[in-house]
Amino acid sequence: MTLLGTTRKVPKFGARYVLESQIRAMLKFFWLIAAMAILNPLLYLVSFGIGVGSLISQHIGPHGIDGVSYLTFIAPALLASSAIQSSMDETIFSTLEGFKWRKLFFGMNATPQTGNTIAGGVFLAAMVRTVIGVSVYSAILYFFGAMNSPHAYLAIPIAIFAGASFGAIMLAFASHVHNEDLFLTIIGRFLIGPMFLFSGTFYPLKSLPSALQIFGWISPLWHATELGRYATYGHQISVTMVIIHFAFLLVMLVVGLFFGFRQFSRRLAK
Amino acid sequence: MLLSAAVAIAERREGKFGDRYYAGRSRAVLERSFIAFKSSTWFVVLSGFVEPVLYLFSFGYGVGRFIGNIDAGSGKMVSYAAFIAPALLATSAMNGAVYDSTWNVFFKMNQSRLYHGMLATSLGPLDVALGEIAWALMRGLIYAIGFMAVVAPMGLIPSWWGVLAIPAAVLIAFGFASVGMAITSYFTRFQQMGAINIALLPMFLFSGSFYPLTVFPGWIQAIIKALPLSQAIQLIRALTLGVMQVGLLVHVLYFLVMITFGLFITTRRLDALFMR
Amino acid sequence: MSENLIEVQGLTKKYGEFVAVNGIDFHVRKSESFGFLGPNGAGKSTTMRILAATSRRTSGEVSVLGRDPEIHGPQIRAHLGVVPQEGNLDVQLTVTENLYIYGRYFGLSSKFIRSKIDDLLEFAQLEEKRDTKVDALSGGMKRRLIIARSLVSDPDILILDEPTTGLDPQARHILWDRLFRLKEDGMTLLITTHYMDEAEQLCDRLIVMDKGSIMSEGSPAELIREHSTREVLEVRFGSEQNVRMAPAMEKFCDRIEVLPDRILLYTEDAEAVLEEIVGAGHSPKTSLVRRSSLEDVFLRLTGRSLID
Repeated sequence: MTLLGTTRKVPKFGARYVLESQIRAMLKFFWLIAAMAILNPLLYLVSFGIGVGSLISQHIGPHGIDGVSYLTFIAPALLASSAIQSSMDETIFSTLEGFKWRKLFFGMNATPQTGNTIAGGVFLAAMVRTVIGVSVYSAILYFFGAMNSPHAYLAIPIAIFAGASFGAIMLAFASHVHNEDLFLTIIGRFLIGPMFLFSGTFYPLKSLPSALQIFGWISPLWHATELGRYATYGHQISVTMVIIHFAFLLVMLVVGLFFGFRQFSRRLAK
Repeated sequence: MLLSAAVAIAERREGKFGDRYYAGRSRAVLERSFIAFKSSTWFVVLSGFVEPVLYLFSFGYGVGRFIGNIDAGSGKMVSYAAFIAPALLATSAMNGAVYDSTWNVFFKMNQSRLYHGMLATSLGPLDVALGEIAWALMRGLIYAIGFMAVVAPMGLIPSWWGVLAIPAAVLIAFGFASVGMAITSYFTRFQQMGAINIALLPMFLFSGSFYPLTVFPGWIQAIIKALPLSQAIQLIRALTLGVMQVGLLVHVLYFLVMITFGLFITTRRLDALFMR
Repeated sequence: MSENLIEVQGLTKKYGEFVAVNGIDFHVRKSESFGFLGPNGAGKSTTMRILAATSRRTSGEVSVLGRDPEIHGPQIRAHLGVVPQEGNLDVQLTVTENLYIYGRYFGLSSKFIRSKIDDLLEFAQLEEKRDTKVDALSGGMKRRLIIARSLVSDPDILILDEPTTGLDPQARHILWDRLFRLKEDGMTLLITTHYMDEAEQLCDRLIVMDKGSIMSEGSPAELIREHSTREVLEVRFGSEQNVRMAPAMEKFCDRIEVLPDRILLYTEDAEAVLEEIVGAGHSPKTSLVRRSSLEDVFLRLTGRSLID
């Protein structure tokens, strides 16, 4: 009777166990993930912030873009981009691994775990990695002097929020995937690459031709970057726009989780 | 005993130099890639040159507006887009070659055991290495042509010497693919491949793709210039901007050494791995 | 005339300290079907790989078709068809493409290979799957395709490493039938297996290997005659009782083996022994009378079961 009692509880808190197993899997590559988490921001900041920044200040002065140094300008964009990247990596690869490569989810599903708890565990694990990554990144930004506004810390939850939204969408996509080579190529080449390059990351979105600006509008990275810039250095932004940016990310999160959870359950039941 | 065709073919090579390692048939390995390619998703493979083009648009024109013209060395002023275009070509040659010679090779070596099958025939390890690399190079060639076809009409290749950037990109890809395959042959687990990404990222960011190396102190410049990607960028940039000088041959030599070294190690490793 | 295609003397293979093959001698005649019987880790596959010129020996003499595989690897491999234990079909290609490209690896002309493909597909009973990607084939189909693939170069010797391991009974029988045809056509076959029924069915002559050494050599019938009795009586008294009953059983037969789940009594007439046992007041829960098999030979030679 006691045995039955404890197992019956599992579905309710099940995501916690999936989360634990996901994190254990992540810890195996701890050094790799840690090295990337520290090297990535350092290298990008030095290369673009300082290298490209020096070319820009030669041409239009040290505070030529948005009234701040180039490093300060790109910092919140890189922060949000890294949050999106790590959350996406984790949801996509865990999902592909679970459904296709090692078929772990089908084993989990034979226990009282359900599609919802497994999807929830995968998503939460991605969030754990994102939170850690964003914290490390922010600390590095702080030392570079790119987080010196009084409410700069707000850039941290904003970046995490962006990571969650995009991770949720990728969870939904990846759970449908059967041909992962094709999927990964298309995602990398036609979604992530362009998003990184055309979301006002390296220059204001407004300086792009108006046809290309549309891309920024549908990009979670741009919405997160705008909010982040407001937080870290007081980039001018209207209240309406703040609401729009938040609403966009929130809708992505909810839609992504809804379809992701639903597809996890469906695919496991097949 | 009546000789079969397969035996007669193998006997022809008997006694020639290196006949244990090379059967003179890397074509068959290349043909295999072509057959596999025919049934794969074409547009995905062919769209490989999209990435450098996107970088070019985003940086060349986006960031370029805030930078204006810059000194590409020896006082030659060029637009920012013309400055980074050759670097992007070199980088994409590197990335393509590294991807093909690491992920793809690792999969065929350890997961699908494709090379085990090949080496059970009368092929030798050098046939396999050359055939696989040749395929990577053909892809690289198509990407390089595709990229040039986009950027040349935009006026970003001011010199006719720029045509030579295409074979140069293939040479560069050859160098990276040979060394990449040699390194991959030492890997036993997928995760080790992450190390390659860690090594490539700083090279991509600091090899003078996006700004002249003169922003760095002299000793750092010296280190960077010795790295393969920087060598590649110097070579291709000189060609597209038409800054011709004898010194370019040093870069060519650099890649020839990489190719020889990489092939040597790869052949020995394949031989050791499959002749255990 | 029986010409030796393969001659091996004192073959030894070490991986570091571990001795995988320990100084073995044997020879294989033309058109013979030669087997290596032994448990996993006996050194069978290592021996096969050395013969197939895909592994270097530590010491000893090996001659395949009169030449040393270590020096003339590509030339010797051109004579061989290899069916590896682990599948290595080209998963990105279709059935036909797999056959075609494998022939190309041997340098055969496209025209030559295309002229053979229909026959090979028929042999492998895969005509209807010709344009299917190999990923979608069943285990038995894949194994037949690998065998067909190994035939594309008209080999003189076919090397099969555990050809039916992992297949269901029906798929095994289809495969055996295919191999019989090759044997009838005069192909020289080298087969490793840890299934005694497979060895009995397919091999003219075989060596029994254990821990890198040859325990015995001969035809299946010879081996059984030499190392076992004609018949075997298997009796079960229940898992706790077998060991206790063993001493009482010894007097009824030539030799006895006590296994965890049963007792084997070796004798020329098992029926008679069973009657004696029952007559003496023992009542085994179950009993089985059968002919001796290679399993019994192996048990005798090594004191262990072949499949554990």
